[in-house]
Amino acid sequence: MSLFEHKVSELHELLHKKELSVTDLVNESYERIGQVEDKVKSFLTLNEEKARIQAKELDDKLAKGEDNGILFGAPIGVKDNIVTKNLRTTAGSKILENFDPIYDATVVQKLQQAKTVTIGKLNMDEFAMGSSNENSAYQNTRNPWNLEYVPGGSSGGSAASVAAGEVLFSLGSDTGGSIRQPAAYCGVVGLKPTYGRVSRFGLIAFASSLDQIGPITRTVEDNAYLLEAISGIDPMDSTSANVNVPSFVNSLTGDIKGLKIAVPKEYLGEGVGEEAKKSVLEALKVLEKLGATWEEVSLPHSKYALATYYLLSSSEASANLSRFDGVRYGYRADNAANLIDMYKQTRSEGFGDEVKRRIMLGTFSLSSGYYDAYYKKAQKVRTLIKKDFEDVFHKYDVIVGPTSPTPAFKIGEKTSDPLTMYANDILTIPVNLAGVPGISVPCGFANGLPLGLQIIGKHFDESTIYRTAHAFEQATDFHKLKPQL
Amino acid sequence: MSRISMDQVKHVAHLARLGITEEETEMFTRQLDQIISFAEQLNELNTDNVEPTSHVLDMKNVMREDISKQGLPIEEVLKNAPDSKDGQIRVPSILD
Repeated sequence: MSLFEHKVSELHELLHKKELSVTDLVNESYERIGQVEDKVKSFLTLNEEKARIQAKELDDKLAKGEDNGILFGAPIGVKDNIVTKNLRTTAGSKILENFDPIYDATVVQKLQQAKTVTIGKLNMDEFAMGSSNENSAYQNTRNPWNLEYVPGGSSGGSAASVAAGEVLFSLGSDTGGSIRQPAAYCGVVGLKPTYGRVSRFGLIAFASSLDQIGPITRTVEDNAYLLEAISGIDPMDSTSANVNVPSFVNSLTGDIKGLKIAVPKEYLGEGVGEEAKKSVLEALKVLEKLGATWEEVSLPHSKYALATYYLLSSSEASANLSRFDGVRYGYRADNAANLIDMYKQTRSEGFGDEVKRRIMLGTFSLSSGYYDAYYKKAQKVRTLIKKDFEDVFHKYDVIVGPTSPTPAFKIGEKTSDPLTMYANDILTIPVNLAGVPGISVPCGFANGLPLGLQIIGKHFDESTIYRTAHAFEQATDFHKLKPQL
Repeated sequence: MSRISMDQVKHVAHLARLGITEEETEMFTRQLDQIISFAEQLNELNTDNVEPTSHVLDMKNVMREDISKQGLPIEEVLKNAPDSKDGQIRVPSILD
């Protein structure tokens, strides 16, 4: 049995009793990577040398009884759009192929304080733009449950590495579903926190009003521990919120009696596959047995979320990605005649097609004569979508639906048409637009591929999401199954 | 009716400092036209009296004390620069 089938609390207990060392944990990671990485291809960069040195240092601390903190010694993978000092960070793009960050993201500093061990950097769609990892400039990560299928995206490497047992857990980022959708596709637990819960300092920005970093884990309990470690206000991110960070683990009581669940009819309607619908209805039966009640509600502007998201996120991206100009860092094209030429050559050689497409869509939406019709219109519709959630949360504790309309699709199946690819995110995007938190937990299988249950909560009420997700997890066995590699 | 012409795509690419070939111009025109047409479904909604949302949290103008701090060492800052000399970043000529 893999060590990573234990929860982090159990591993900590074993470490504390000296029945296990941090070196054992780090060995487990790299041995497993040695066995399965050829098939799964989760990692872009490994941190092996430094991780092994760190493991020894932590084992010395352990010998002295200095194993403070539940995450002590836990092997973690980090999505490659989160900067790590002196550890290559590419954001899945050629334009950052040799980028060697000079500082750590706030979440990475917090992990260091918690004494986790960074195993490596995880593959992703270029600049987090994609739902399958096929937009990575480097490699296609594969779904550990079936190697011909995508792991989802954009945090595909983060989800696949956890599912494949290469790390205990990982960090991803979620702008329109990029944590929850790959977590669903790979049969693991992924949470997008409330906007402002986790500092974005050191997260290479895609769409600043939507991006959040969050944990991907095997169990809800591990997820709660990891979120607690990375949360909190940060002077380096003026959009991080000054709100209390509760002990999320304390909310895992198993008791959801009287919980009021809303099920939006739009989340079980057009465009959502039968398998996903069925798994959600089965999950609702489980939640009912545990004492919760559910009612159908409406989020009437859901169908407009996808268009709103693509206009807003692309507009923000077109501004954020203007920093990649070949001047201060990253790739620079040779032999340009002048500065403008250098910018153009650098960016056309350094960016992939999806990134170019979104930069152009965003530039168009923000350009003179189109701003009101596209960008501002989308901002107004965002207000309506946000209000849909507020209205439902006046009466209900959580919203439940599928994470994704279908299980994972085959590699290459959706690459020819951008709009078909975008439609994967119809159930996750509204959550980012409203800024509320959402989790995906395993809730079934279709043809051997995992399905995810999405649980959405009120602003800064991750505790209720975790309580619900944990009660569901404890009543089901989906999280105990693992892929055969 | 197409929402965006090849000339507009070339103009937008120039604004975004992206060099694109004729073949790419055709592809992006077709794809952007589809995406923009799809986005026009937002016009079904009357938003005359709706305030735009740029940010979901109720906070603005986050300020801190204006205190000077030690910056990063120059070697570190230039470590990732493609071309530098004497502590400065070098770029191709700006004026002809």
